[in-house]
Amino acid sequence: MEKKDIIQSFKDSLFTGFIALALFGPIVGLRTASKGEGLFITPQWGVVFLLVGLCILGRFLINLNSARTTEFTIFSKLASKFSAITEDKAKHFAITAILFAVVFPFLPFTDRYFMDVAIMILTYIMLGWGLNIVVGLAGLLDLGYVAFYAVGAYSYALIATTFGWSFWICLPLAGLFAAFFGILLGFPVLRLRGDYLAIVTLGFGEIIRIILINWYEVTNGPDGITGIPRPSFFGLPFKRSPDEGETSFHLFFNLEYSTMHRIIFLYYLILVLALITNYFTLKIRKLPVGRAWEALREDEIACKSLGVNPTNTKLTAFAIGAMFGGFAGSFFATRQAFISPESFTFIESAIIVAIVVLGGMGSQTGVVLASIFLIGITEMFRDLEQYRMIAFGGAMVLIMVFKPKGILANRKPTILMHGDKK
Amino acid sequence: MEYFIQQLVNGITLGSIYGLIAIGYTMVYGIIGMINFAHGDIFMIGAFVALISFIIFGLTGVALPIILLLVLLIAMLFTACYGWTVEKLAYKPLRGSFRLAPLISALGMSIVLQNYVQVAQGARVKPMQPLISGGLEFFKNSEFIVTVSYLQIFIVILTIILMGIFTYLITKTDLGRAQRACEQDRTMTALLGINVDRTISITFIIGSSLASVAGMMFVLYYGVIDFYIGFLAGIKAFTAAVLGGIGSLPGAMLGGLLIGLIETMWSGYVSIEYKDVAAFSVLIIVLIFFPTGFLGKPDIEKV
Amino acid sequence: MSNLLSVENLTMKFGGLTAIDDLSFDAKNNQITSIIGPNGAGKTTVFNCLTGFYKPTNGQMFLHKEESKISLRKYTDFKIAYVAKVARTFQNIRLFPAMSVLENLLVAQHNKLMVASGYSLYGLLNLKTYRDKEQLAVDKAKYWLDIIGLTHRADDNAGDLPYGDQRKLEIVRAMCIEPRLLCLDEPAAGLNPRESAELNKLLKFIKTEKQTGILLIEHDMSVVMGISDHVVVLNYGKKIFEGTADQTKNSKEVIEAYLGVDE
Ligand SMILES: Nc1ncnc2c1ncn2[C@@H]1O[C@H](COP(=O)(O)OP(=O)(O)OP(=O)(O)O)[C@@H](O)[C@H]1O
Ligand SMILES: [Mg+2]
Repeated sequence: MEKKDIIQSFKDSLFTGFIALALFGPIVGLRTASKGEGLFITPQWGVVFLLVGLCILGRFLINLNSARTTEFTIFSKLASKFSAITEDKAKHFAITAILFAVVFPFLPFTDRYFMDVAIMILTYIMLGWGLNIVVGLAGLLDLGYVAFYAVGAYSYALIATTFGWSFWICLPLAGLFAAFFGILLGFPVLRLRGDYLAIVTLGFGEIIRIILINWYEVTNGPDGITGIPRPSFFGLPFKRSPDEGETSFHLFFNLEYSTMHRIIFLYYLILVLALITNYFTLKIRKLPVGRAWEALREDEIACKSLGVNPTNTKLTAFAIGAMFGGFAGSFFATRQAFISPESFTFIESAIIVAIVVLGGMGSQTGVVLASIFLIGITEMFRDLEQYRMIAFGGAMVLIMVFKPKGILANRKPTILMHGDKK
Repeated sequence: MEYFIQQLVNGITLGSIYGLIAIGYTMVYGIIGMINFAHGDIFMIGAFVALISFIIFGLTGVALPIILLLVLLIAMLFTACYGWTVEKLAYKPLRGSFRLAPLISALGMSIVLQNYVQVAQGARVKPMQPLISGGLEFFKNSEFIVTVSYLQIFIVILTIILMGIFTYLITKTDLGRAQRACEQDRTMTALLGINVDRTISITFIIGSSLASVAGMMFVLYYGVIDFYIGFLAGIKAFTAAVLGGIGSLPGAMLGGLLIGLIETMWSGYVSIEYKDVAAFSVLIIVLIFFPTGFLGKPDIEKV
Repeated sequence: MSNLLSVENLTMKFGGLTAIDDLSFDAKNNQITSIIGPNGAGKTTVFNCLTGFYKPTNGQMFLHKEESKISLRKYTDFKIAYVAKVARTFQNIRLFPAMSVLENLLVAQHNKLMVASGYSLYGLLNLKTYRDKEQLAVDKAKYWLDIIGLTHRADDNAGDLPYGDQRKLEIVRAMCIEPRLLCLDEPAAGLNPRESAELNKLLKFIKTEKQTGILLIEHDMSVVMGISDHVVVLNYGKKIFEGTADQTKNSKEVIEAYLGVDE
């Protein structure tokens, strides 16, 4: 590298540092804290200088690598290699993953905490797969998906607590309710352009949450709904001492009572629900509706010129996505036995969107990887919750910049004329 | 009647704040055709910078007007840096990418900014003692006394001044012309030797500075902020931009006023709990029935 | 030969600009009717009105079917292709680039396949009736791919095809909806002479073998003169000439419109 270039990139790095100082100076450097009456400032210049230093150094290193594109290419090469591998071994990967998921509860190191995390990851996988129909296949950016999750959870909770019906009746009802809400919202808004749709769905999600908070008579407001019935194993409840005339799970199977039984049951429940979602999506993608969804994502005008009804087609995607959201919501309600509006904030929607986008729009495997990565790994840094969210948002930006189609973006045709050549 | 006038005054004040934020949405939309999701958070950062500067200057005992002016300039300067950086990092590389990419990137940026401020400044709400107190009272002998506080007058006048400067910038200067040219056809503008990147950067800088002024007003008006204020205010301001006709600058201001009025009237006469539902419902209704807003251009898809 | 399409007093205004001004013409069954004219003459706008993308300010468009006629004004966007069976291509190619060639042709048969799949129910149950109908759709796609010689690329992404092949694919995709009227917007744009000749052959084939009338916008005169049965010339939205290819070639008005007049 020539001397001139080095000086140039040095100047450039200094400029970066200058900007970084302006960015971090006030917000990081001057921390406000309340003491007694008012607010006081606690300076934190050390952190600022550290951050600024890192920015300068980072910039300088990037510049030293002269061609600015190198780090881009390395990154995307890695990513495409990765997706090529997973693509080749897709079948093996899926089978291994499912087998692993099936035996997971009985592995020696699996404890209560692992099970809880696994259930959470599976819930997000299911939500991701549900939303993948809407965002990944149909290309409709839905930022209010949590609304359908909430509708599912609340309708499950209300039906179950009011009528005392069993999980297997309430679950489909909750899904239907959510789908109904999907149609109700979708009908007027699906004509809108992509970005407007995003904002409107976001608004809808917030409306649902505000209603849940304020409609005391039905939803019990911010206090939420308690005492939601736990699921039973085909009529056998998971209780230490069952009621008069009832047999509980451990008595029936002659086992020592353990709370793990219920957890394991819940684990398999969500695993099955998620796999149903996956199976359904994989199937419907290969049907005419599924193809029309993807065609709409590619070019809506061309679709119209071929006689595809855009509104109805999008509506089915929206309703089906909402239905799976509703199923996941029911599961959430029965697992927690308690729900409140707090669980259904915008950030949940954002997380689910992030899972779909990061995994690779339309890729089912991508959703699994992204969920494990985002929920699982960061779960270990629970105490660093806020840093986790920064990393999270940052990852969304980075992926869009370097690999806008997501990590696993290799789409396979839904039908082949010449069969698999490999 | 008196009550109505009071709500009207409050609504106009609130509307000024929304209007100033809405300009940022509308300008960015006009020039690069994307919804800058992170703009609400830029506003929030502006509010924090203002709050911090108020605390610092509050200790020095300088006269109030000077404090106001200094804080205004500082907030604009530092917040503009954020707007500029966000554009460079998260949007510029995505020009010409597939259509949802910038939106998702903006969403990610919004999450980053929110949590960054939460980490840096703490999650608690930040209260501030009122700086400008007192006001004018009208209808003294009726049972409801209408108060127009000095603060409200300050906010409205400042908004009018800024709007004046801003309108001059856009309509009378080279910068404004370059900006409008970019809106029409970016490639052609570049061919004519105008630095498109710089024009876009400046758009973000102006939008962010105006948002930071709104942030300062918000601190003064409500006296309490937290890292989450950008979300709601952002959505409402976006609604304002759409209501006025996205891409139209007077429209943004008009829309801001309308949203401010709708919100105060709704809280005053209907229900305060559902005041945010009002804003969201307006958003949905407007987008469905008048997607071009009041002052927007009709948008026929060229095929 | 019987009338297929009649356009009566069509007018389209965009604000102050009159893109089409009181235009009337007919197109006949099994004929190629070309619409030519300088840039900005309003040709694409005529197509957009016919295919429901714009709502004309004034005027009528009728599609004749045996004794009856249907008014195209009554149908909006997707219904034009679905109900009235008018298909079109676009001046800037609009394929589904990330989908395979075969998938592109299957989307064109969407409505038929939707019914065949029992609105997805039979499809989800994997019934034989659906599988058979899907096979028919694939066969039809193969039929058209054989004609344009792209069968070997059926499983590749449409966006990966060379430009000329994309043009041809877009035309046969439109043919897959079994249209009565096919509107082609500058199909020869960007093609080399060999590809142009192939295009001529394809259009002649469609005209004679399929019961389809063709409306063709084209700047390439070798295409227009080679295959048109009838030519309509537009300038500034007005019809300035109408006649056979030969008549058009020798018309003074047309030459003036293209080359300008010496004052
Ligand atoms: N959606 C629209 N809004 C405003 N003006 C339009 C619109 N669509 C077309 N026009 C105008 O109508 C006129 C005719 O345009 P059109 O695209 O029909 O021309 P054309 O004959 O197809 O030209 P070309 O040969 O360049 O394709 C042009 O002046 C164009 O700018
Ligand atoms: Mg044209």
